[in-house]
Amino acid sequence: MDILTPEEIVKSFESALGNNLSDSKIYQSEVAVKRNLFTSISLYVKPDSFRDAVKHICELQEYPHLIVISPSDRGDNVELIYHITIYYGQHLKEISLLLSVTLSKNNLKIPTITDMIPGTIYAEREVQEMMGVEVVGIPDNRRLFLPDDFPAGVCPWRRDETGPEEMLRVLPGRKGIQHG
Amino acid sequence: MVEELTKTSFTIPVGPVHPAVHEPVRLEVTVDGEEVVGADVFAGQVHRGIEWIGMNRNNPVQTVYLAERICGICSACHPFTFVLACERAANIEVPKRADYIRVIVAEIERIHSHLLWAGVAAHEIGFDSVFYLVWRVREKVMDLTEYITGNRNTKAMYMIGGVRRDITEEQFPTIREAMDYYKSIFNQLKTVFLDDITIKLRTRNVGILPKEDALKLVAAGPTVRASGVPKDVRQDQAYGAYADLDIKAITPDVITGKVVGDVYDRIIVRLLEVKQSIEIIERCLEEMPAGEILSEPKMVKLLTALKKADGSAVARSEAPRGECFHYVRMEEGRETLATWKVRAPTYANLMSIPVMVIGQQIADVPITFASIDPCFSCTNRAIMVKPDANGSQVLEKEELHRLSIEKTRRLEANLAN
Repeated sequence: MDILTPEEIVKSFESALGNNLSDSKIYQSEVAVKRNLFTSISLYVKPDSFRDAVKHICELQEYPHLIVISPSDRGDNVELIYHITIYYGQHLKEISLLLSVTLSKNNLKIPTITDMIPGTIYAEREVQEMMGVEVVGIPDNRRLFLPDDFPAGVCPWRRDETGPEEMLRVLPGRKGIQHG
Repeated sequence: MVEELTKTSFTIPVGPVHPAVHEPVRLEVTVDGEEVVGADVFAGQVHRGIEWIGMNRNNPVQTVYLAERICGICSACHPFTFVLACERAANIEVPKRADYIRVIVAEIERIHSHLLWAGVAAHEIGFDSVFYLVWRVREKVMDLTEYITGNRNTKAMYMIGGVRRDITEEQFPTIREAMDYYKSIFNQLKTVFLDDITIKLRTRNVGILPKEDALKLVAAGPTVRASGVPKDVRQDQAYGAYADLDIKAITPDVITGKVVGDVYDRIIVRLLEVKQSIEIIERCLEEMPAGEILSEPKMVKLLTALKKADGSAVARSEAPRGECFHYVRMEEGRETLATWKVRAPTYANLMSIPVMVIGQQIADVPITFASIDPCFSCTNRAIMVKPDANGSQVLEKEELHRLSIEKTRRLEANLAN
């Protein structure tokens, strides 16, 4: 397995996805006394080519290590970041990839990637219940953390009308939640 | 007419509720006689909405303390990872000395966590004398934690931009003395856990996680290393003083020459990691640079800087149980974090549980489940929900534990014959 530099990784995504890679960012910072580099690469892809991007990651690393999916409510959109690392198992070679997909709240659907990375299943179940994003083709559709009697249609991580505000107990002397 | 009984399997939920648990989880095991034929994991019994509080109620500095309380005993790795993410998102420098102090505290936590686990694992297979022995030697590291941080468990050492307390020259002899103590008993522990024939019988070829499954199911920490994958964040990705120390991930073949991926291999990995932690702490004490420990001691200035920050970052660290991950996004003008996502190692390792327990005997479920170190008190109680021919039957935790002990005794008796 060839180890590409961060710039080469971005280039390989550009040639694999073309215009569907809307942006990319390389972040590096020096660590401790020897100033070794911590590297993470943000890749912003369009929803249509999301699976192609994951497929491309699988070509860079035989078994990509998916950590988790972090969803953010960005007003009219929901941003999903798939945190994946490649080149693990080698001294200071590992690189964090942040594969970011922005979905419109009118169409909150993302295809599953459990066929390529089976260990995504928990993260996909969590995104479904916490953010209200439908994962199309998910092999296990049950909730993960929320109890069965949790009301349907309430998405705890959303900051809009589907958020959990009505279920909150604001203690005396405390402010309610702040909207950004 | 007598109805023909066609159903031969029963479903046993293991867990989740007990007054003593700190990380409950429910495991539903389908058994056919003694053999486990199916397994499913249910998480979420203690989902406390911690991320939500960090995103909606607390400022980032308050969230450092909240992060410390995510897990009962991992009170170093979560704040460690969280402050790393905040520092990267807000471009805050960390003094080099703080990098080393952070690593010392994190490694002390690892020694503590692995010893605690070893005791629990011994208890699970009915070896209570070993349990008492290990928890007695664990007391030394608890005293050391108290000596350095002021608390036996909740360490409160990490702060955005550094650490809250220094480790001074005068403290070095006490730390070295504790490390010498562990080095002096290491061989004894190794003999107890790796050479004891009963422990070997109960853990060898039990709860096997093949390498390919471990990789596909994104397992982390000692669980994945015991399956032969040299994956360790301390080795793979630069963070803290680990980047200076040339850490090497430990796989079980260094002792046995082969990788089986069973419970025994997970014992080997954890045991050797205790030794590795001792070496890391000693090197950190030797190489610790002088200087400041906190880049911005004035809280108001720090909070203002964090409020102005606009950006996002990820951070990962190797917790005792595996890789710990935090994602932080900050928006300018917002007092709380805009997004905070935490992924603890057990989240990843639970997906491997069905692979490990299917095909096992029911008496091996406690030790297999314990082998990923999922804060095990969760398997405190089990109820057989599907009534058998005699009506409903309840299988309490004590019963499950008794089955496990009986198996050990049976094997011992076979040995004697």
